[in-house]
Amino acid sequence: MANQPLEGVRILDLGGVWAGTFSTVLLADLGAEVLKQENQFVWQPNTRAVPGPRIPAAMTQAGAGWITGLPNSDPGESPWNYHPMFVSLYRNKRSFTLDIRQPEGREILGRLAAMSDAVLENSAVGTMEKLGISYEWLREQRDDIIFLRAPGYGVTGEYASARTMGAHLEGTMGHQILRGYEGLDPNSNSGIFAADYIAATQIALAIMMAIWHRNNTGKGQFIEMAQAENAAAMFAQAYMNYSLTGEVEGAIGNRSIYAADGQAPSGVYPCLSPGGADTGDDRWIAITVTSNPTWEALRTVMGDPEWAQAPELATAAGRAASQDLLDEKLAEWTAGFEDEDLFARLQAAGVAAAPVLEASRVLDDPHVQARNLYIPQELQDDIGIYRYPRPVYDFPESEGGIRRPPVAFGQDNDYVYRELLGMSDEECARLEAEGHIATAFSETL
Amino acid sequence: MTGPLNDVRVLDLTQHIAGPYATKLFADYGADVIKIERPGGDPSRRLGPYKGGEPHPEKSGTFFYFNTNKRSVVLDLKDERGREAFWRLLESADLVVESFRPGVMDDLGIGFDAIHERRANVPLVSITNFGQVSPYRDYKGSDLVLYAFAGEMFSTGLLEREPVKMYGTAALVQSGSAAATALMGALMAGRYQGVGQHVDFSIADSHLVGVDRRHATVMGYQYSGRKSLRSPGAAIGMLNGVFPCQDGWVDLQGGGPRFTNAREFLGYPDWMEDTKWDDPAIQMNPEAIEEFNAFFYVWLLEHTKREIWEAARKVRFLCGPLFTIDEVFEDENFRARGFWELAEHEELGQVEIPGRPFLMSETPWELRRPAPLLGEHTAEVLGEAGYDAGAINELASAGVAEVR
Repeated sequence: MANQPLEGVRILDLGGVWAGTFSTVLLADLGAEVLKQENQFVWQPNTRAVPGPRIPAAMTQAGAGWITGLPNSDPGESPWNYHPMFVSLYRNKRSFTLDIRQPEGREILGRLAAMSDAVLENSAVGTMEKLGISYEWLREQRDDIIFLRAPGYGVTGEYASARTMGAHLEGTMGHQILRGYEGLDPNSNSGIFAADYIAATQIALAIMMAIWHRNNTGKGQFIEMAQAENAAAMFAQAYMNYSLTGEVEGAIGNRSIYAADGQAPSGVYPCLSPGGADTGDDRWIAITVTSNPTWEALRTVMGDPEWAQAPELATAAGRAASQDLLDEKLAEWTAGFEDEDLFARLQAAGVAAAPVLEASRVLDDPHVQARNLYIPQELQDDIGIYRYPRPVYDFPESEGGIRRPPVAFGQDNDYVYRELLGMSDEECARLEAEGHIATAFSETL
Repeated sequence: MTGPLNDVRVLDLTQHIAGPYATKLFADYGADVIKIERPGGDPSRRLGPYKGGEPHPEKSGTFFYFNTNKRSVVLDLKDERGREAFWRLLESADLVVESFRPGVMDDLGIGFDAIHERRANVPLVSITNFGQVSPYRDYKGSDLVLYAFAGEMFSTGLLEREPVKMYGTAALVQSGSAAATALMGALMAGRYQGVGQHVDFSIADSHLVGVDRRHATVMGYQYSGRKSLRSPGAAIGMLNGVFPCQDGWVDLQGGGPRFTNAREFLGYPDWMEDTKWDDPAIQMNPEAIEEFNAFFYVWLLEHTKREIWEAARKVRFLCGPLFTIDEVFEDENFRARGFWELAEHEELGQVEIPGRPFLMSETPWELRRPAPLLGEHTAEVLGEAGYDAGAINELASAGVAEVR
């Protein structure tokens, strides 16, 4: 593992759901040894599978691929090791099991904390308190430890007790009102995980910054992220708009918030399609005109139709005022083309455009192939070889990529208990009998 | 107390949203980020919203938010003397970040090889739409276009409508946030392993292999051959969904196993006295859902989103009120937690902005200065790099540097 930025760093991962689970992928991708603690008696929702550890076979045979699409439409023995929503959040990590609700489990956790640079968690406030895990307790294990907590609304304040997923706290911060179709109610919005994802990146960032500081000073620290507050950056312009002008923004669909600054038209327009939306065969092209010159370029690609020659459309203000007309005319024009054809033509002319890529087309895309974004892997479970996402970035002078494929539940128990903790066969057998060491979720769940 | 990166100097050649957000995170946590702007400035100075409504490069809310705590130096890097200044600044830098089209840095003569020759342990992070090596490397992007191609836009929205994006530049901000981890990684490899390297960060890739549901839909399709489609409409179950209430909307998940707390949540209404509501299977019964909702919608209209959320917190339902932006600003919880930060700016006056994205006990987020005026720090930074007043004036009068 040469020249990994986080070489020699060990992270004790008590995180879950998307935010915690994705954050430690990033740290692992950068070279940290991530020890993910799991517990056969505790099912963390939205962390390894939905809806629970036992998935009825019938449920895997229909429905949206990302929710119910298990390998060969079969839940198998351990669906938590290869659920499509979560499997990509486990590469490059190690997984071990430990029942930290038991006194000995907590004691073992303390020994692992003493060997770790940072500990993180993102459960609802109250969970860590109940387990007796606090920054003070962790400092007793290791004085310079870094401890990060990332509950939805932080550990203090009126909302600290709120139960929330990322989707709900995005709503609290304004996103449900700001996104979606213009003129439709927010209950038409799809669920998205934008807040989880940005929180994940900044959990990783905060821990790295704290390691930087510790390496400079020898001091660890406590980090608190309220995921709601963290999400705000994604809606910054709406906040700035209210702050500077008092305007309260609402949903504008696919139009640009910068229409008045030249970014119009902006939209998603229909293309020739091999089928309908009900089979996912509908094709669309996204186009954003970003300036007057790119508007000129778009006109040229369209063969400069008469409607586009209207002098008011040559100005940012004129196009911003004519977005209904522009959208209507563009949709008429794009409907005669295949999306890939328009993609090439528009980009050749310098116009920002791309197909709205349906997931089944991703692996065949030339960009995805050229950059090796999905790489064949075999998992511990014998489900066959599939292509899994690689790290977001590669550092050319550091060993990167997928060092370890997505890890199975408890796959590294031997490493943690024998190599790290130096336990004997007898001790391991006892800990297994007492429920700590396991490779499957308990039948009692 | 100062931020954790108070010993780090960054030469920041990024523009627009994603790159500047990554370097803002560095600047807000203590790094000395020297924003090298081209003559005329970062194009995002020409993106609204504007104080007073009229476009003005020093009154852009977009520029302000994404460039707090940075110092602005205006240099014409197409001029030999501008490049010479860049090399002088590189002498004390720990990291270089840029977001030009691929190839531009090399064309300017300040590409990775030239940087590496001078400072072998200083990394360069390039943040671009499709990366340095791709058949699409020269393609143009926007928040919409990149999210359409690389994010999970296809299955977002209603089945009978076109796919629909997130707010504003949310997708670019997510990428910028991910890019900040690449910056931090590159910085650490530079400091700890003495390795300067060129890190190729692609905004598209950050969505294709990371964000939101994209990897999930790709894996789901590979596993099962089934696609992930847009939804035909809001599926409303018992206590599950986005519901209208007296003063707006609430997002609620109180169904499934949580439904056992429904009576307490609703204040023990008479119509729920029937024991049939205790049977978990009733939540799947369409007639019962209709019966439930007939009462529930009346209850919703009698309560505000704050009241509903408060009731939900007591019974541990997943819930969030759909606040409008003015409501977020007025909310007392976020005020009491110190989320908002008041900035002072020469052109904007007092501006309230969202503050720290996370709290660090030893090395807190800090607003040391507002977003810089164009060229505000040209003379200061060049002075620190050893230029005397005469030399700075010469660069300014030749149009190579802009001094405010």
